[in-house]
Parts: sequence; C-alpha cells; structure tokens
Amino acid sequence: MDSAYLIETIIKVVVILLIFSALAGIGTYFERKILAFMQRRLGPMNVGPYGLLQVAADGIKLFTKEDIIPTNVVTPIFKIAPVITAATAFMAAAAIPFLPPFEVFGYEVHPIVADVNIGILYVLGMMAVGFYGPLLGGMASANKFSLLSAARTAAVFISYEVVTGLSLLAPIMMVGSLSLIDFNEYQAGGIGDWIVWSQPVAFILFWISAFAETGRTPFHLIANDHEIIDGFGTEYSGMRWGLFFIGEYANMFFISFVIPLIFLGGYGDGSLFGALGLLGKMSFFFFFFLWTRAAWPDVRPDQLMWLCWKILMPIAVINVVITGFVMMF
Amino acid sequence: MSLEAFNNRNVAEGDYFLVAIEEYPTTGWDKFKRVVKRTFKGELFVGLWVVLREMIRFDIHTVQYPQEKMPIGPRYRAVHQMKRLWESNTERCIGCGLCEKICISDCIRMDTKIDENSRKEVTEYTINLGRCIFCGYCAEVCPELAITHSGEYENASEQREHFIIYEDMLTPIDKMKAGKQLEFEGFGAITPHEDERVKKTPLAY
Ligand code: SF4
Ligand code: SF4
Repeated sequence: MDSAYLIETIIKVVVILLIFSALAGIGTYFERKILAFMQRRLGPMNVGPYGLLQVAADGIKLFTKEDIIPTNVVTPIFKIAPVITAATAFMAAAAIPFLPPFEVFGYEVHPIVADVNIGILYVLGMMAVGFYGPLLGGMASANKFSLLSAARTAAVFISYEVVTGLSLLAPIMMVGSLSLIDFNEYQAGGIGDWIVWSQPVAFILFWISAFAETGRTPFHLIANDHEIIDGFGTEYSGMRWGLFFIGEYANMFFISFVIPLIFLGGYGDGSLFGALGLLGKMSFFFFFFLWTRAAWPDVRPDQLMWLCWKILMPIAVINVVITGFVMMF
Repeated sequence: MSLEAFNNRNVAEGDYFLVAIEEYPTTGWDKFKRVVKRTFKGELFVGLWVVLREMIRFDIHTVQYPQEKMPIGPRYRAVHQMKRLWESNTERCIGCGLCEKICISDCIRMDTKIDENSRKEVTEYTINLGRCIFCGYCAEVCPELAITHSGEYENASEQREHFIIYEDMLTPIDKMKAGKQLEFEGFGAITPHEDERVKKTPLAY
C-alpha cells in the first residue's frame, strides 16, 4: 500500500467526518425551519441572522453540559451506546460515492473512501449495526421507557432489515454487482436508464424502509416523545445524547444519498451537471424526511409489524420472483 | 354583527350533525378491501399537500415577543397600581382596609396611623404578588378607585420580596404633574354611560 493512497484516504475520511458532522448540525436547523414554516411559525430567529447560529449555540450547550451517568445503569454499555450510533453512521459513509471523480491540480480524486465490491451490503449492514445504539442504550438505562424503546428498536430492526434487503435484491439482480459505483454506471445513460422505471415497486419499498432505518416519522416510535418520553435517550444528557442525534441526522443524509444512487441515476455521466443532480436529489429526499414529519402521524408498533410482515415483505418477495422470471426469459 | 350567535347556549340545535363513521370490517376479506382502498386513495398525499401549501403561502403567525407585542384589552388584570387624585396630586387611598379584608388569597398587608392632621395615613402597604390570583376584587371594592389593575405584565427580579410595595404601585409624582396618569377601565371603574342610569335615591320608605 503506497503512502499516497494512505494520505488520500485519511484526508477523505477527515473531510467526510467534518462535512457530515457539520451537516448533521445544519440538518437540525433545516428541520426546525421547515417544520416551523409548515406549521406557520418562524422557527429559530434570535441567535444570529435568521437563527443561523442556533446550531453553534446548541453545539456549545451540548458540549459543555454535564455528562450524567445515573445510578443503576450498566455503565460501560450505557457509555458506549451513543458512540455506536454515531460511529456506524459514519462508517457506512465509507462505501458511498458522494460525487463523481474530479481532478484537483492534475490529481484525480474519487470522492469515495473505499470502493468495496460489496458496497450496498456494507452500507446497509453498517446502518443496521447502528440500531445497537438505541437497543443497548435503552436496555442499559434502568428506565422503563428506555426499555420499551429498546424493545421497539429490536422489532423495527428485525422487520425492516428484511424489507430493505428483499427490495434491493431485485435491482442487485439486474445490475449484477453490489458496488454503488457499478450501480451508477448501469444508469449513466440518462433518465431513461434509471432503475426506478424498471423497479418502481422496489423503489417505493426501499424508500419506506429508509424511514424505518433512520427512525423518522411515520416510524418514529423508537423515540416517540408523546408516548415514551425520549425512548432510549431519556437518561442521556450532554454530548452523549448529542451523539445519538448526530448519528440520526448523518444517517438521514447518507440514506438520502443511497436512494438516488441506487434508483435515480446517481451522478449520471459524471459531469458537473450530474454531480449537482445528485446533490439535488439528495436534498429532495432529505426534505421529504422533514416533510413527512410535518404531515403524517406515527404508526403504532403493532401496525408497523403488520405493515412489514403482511404487506411489504410479500410484495418484496413477489417483486424479486417476477424480476427473476423476466430476466430468465 | 349581532350577538345572537354567541348568546345562544342551546347547542343541541343548529349546525351540529353526526359524523358518518363507517362500520369496522370484521371479516378478513373486508379488512383486505379496506387496506387496498386506503392504499390507493392517496390520503397521505392530501396531508403532504396541506403542509406544503402552508409553507408556500408563508402566512406566518408568529409574534416575535420581545420586539412585538399583542395588544391587550383595557380591562386586562395585571399588576396593581395605586392612583393619585387629579385635584391635589395626593394619594387616593384612605386606608379603609376594605381591599385587605376582601382579598381572597389574603395577600394584601397594610398598616395605618393617625397623622398630625388627625387624618388616617397609610404607613405600610404591600401586595404579595406570588399569592395574588388577579381576581380584581380589591379594585372592585375600593371606594376611592385608588387600587386598580394595570396592563403591566412584565416583571422580573431576583427577589420575590420585590413584588410589590406601595411606592412601586403609586403613580410617580412627576408623571402625575404631567397629567399622564391613566384611569383603569376594568374592575371597579365607573361604566362610561353611568350618568344616564343614575336614579334618584328612593326616599319614600
Ligand atoms: S387581585 Fe384579588 S387576589 Fe390579588 S390582591 Fe386583589 S383581591 Fe387579592
Ligand atoms: S380599598 Fe382602596 S382606599 Fe381602601 S385601603 Fe384599599 S386601596 Fe386604600
């Protein structure tokens, strides 16, 4: 392994870490603003112009708050749980191509940390490991509401991994590769080549399970404030709670990258236009996460399971079978 | 606009109707049909459209409080004031003690003495605003229109003992001399058309 590659990778890792932790903060700002506008409010207005510095204020607050470890909690697990959420969210980013390759001072940069040949599997696997954060944090908290939240996490965890995997199986069969770059190449021919046209069902299924993966409304029941306080986050304070938050928002951004990369042509032919297109699609999916939060109610845990096992999973299986038959003949 | 609609307490009549609620499905086939109907009816998109419409309209209702304030009614009952006489600029309170007596939360404390002119003089007068429920009885009972409420609702201090002493409630003498004392229109005040309603005292019995 030559040192240029090593240095390049380290720089990429640092850049991704910095950009996405900042974006996670700014994501909370967008969320507050958009939710506020949809509810005819103004949202944060007082810190900085139009409340822009609210993110910095929250950051300072979270960093300087006392880190409380309550009695009766299982201390090591309680301490490690938020780190799992945040770390796995960023680890998932390693296999995502954020932009097409571009040249800086005659040196070609691939904006992907590692183009592993099991890209999608790795991304989804990492996001699934991220569920251990709420699960362990909730069980270690010595709090009934946290425990309930941990149980719900396990339910979502088991159910929606099935739907995610099965819905992606059909596009994977068509492309014949698990690398997200190969997915992008497959659709590089323009809008007509997008997988969403041949796999609309898989697209919708994956989109639905993306809400479960990130724990957003309407599948926000892991930390439903109006039922179980803050779920797994109830006993957390300060930066540990902040890590859960960063993990959640980073996950939202990454899954918003993954959906267009798989189904909507990604960055297309790799031109500047294609790169902007990918960012535009990403913004739409991120916006949609906030949009549904303003519009839709949450489902109950039993409805969630019902939806997964009785509706989405059969549809996903049928979709895979039909795709197989079509490819065979 | 007539007040008819507001005065009519008989809610059983009028525009009320029962909402039609469909029967809950019992058989599996009916449940399945309901699921399919709900899936393809697009109700979720109605919700999405409503919030997006509000965002595009940008019809914001926020009142940015310290910079903007909502108008409050002239009869609003916030922190008390002690008024002065227009003729002589002296305090209206005659120390009769009625307000102390009527206060239902027992939060007015006062003390009086006979001064050198053999007039009753108020020496101590405090209202414990932490207990006051702002009912307005004290303003209502005061025979001199001395104690009234005001529209002042912003108070802050690091000591609750600061709320509230006589000197803080009393109209400042310079404001009084400038003729800027405002009469309170709410509890205890004389209604505007009182002159027409005055009748002769019936002395016949
Ligand atoms: S407003 Fe009511 S509670 Fe407050 S001081 Fe007057 S009589 Fe007492
Ligand atoms: S009722 Fe009026 S006049 Fe009598 S003591 Fe109270 S404030 Fe003074």
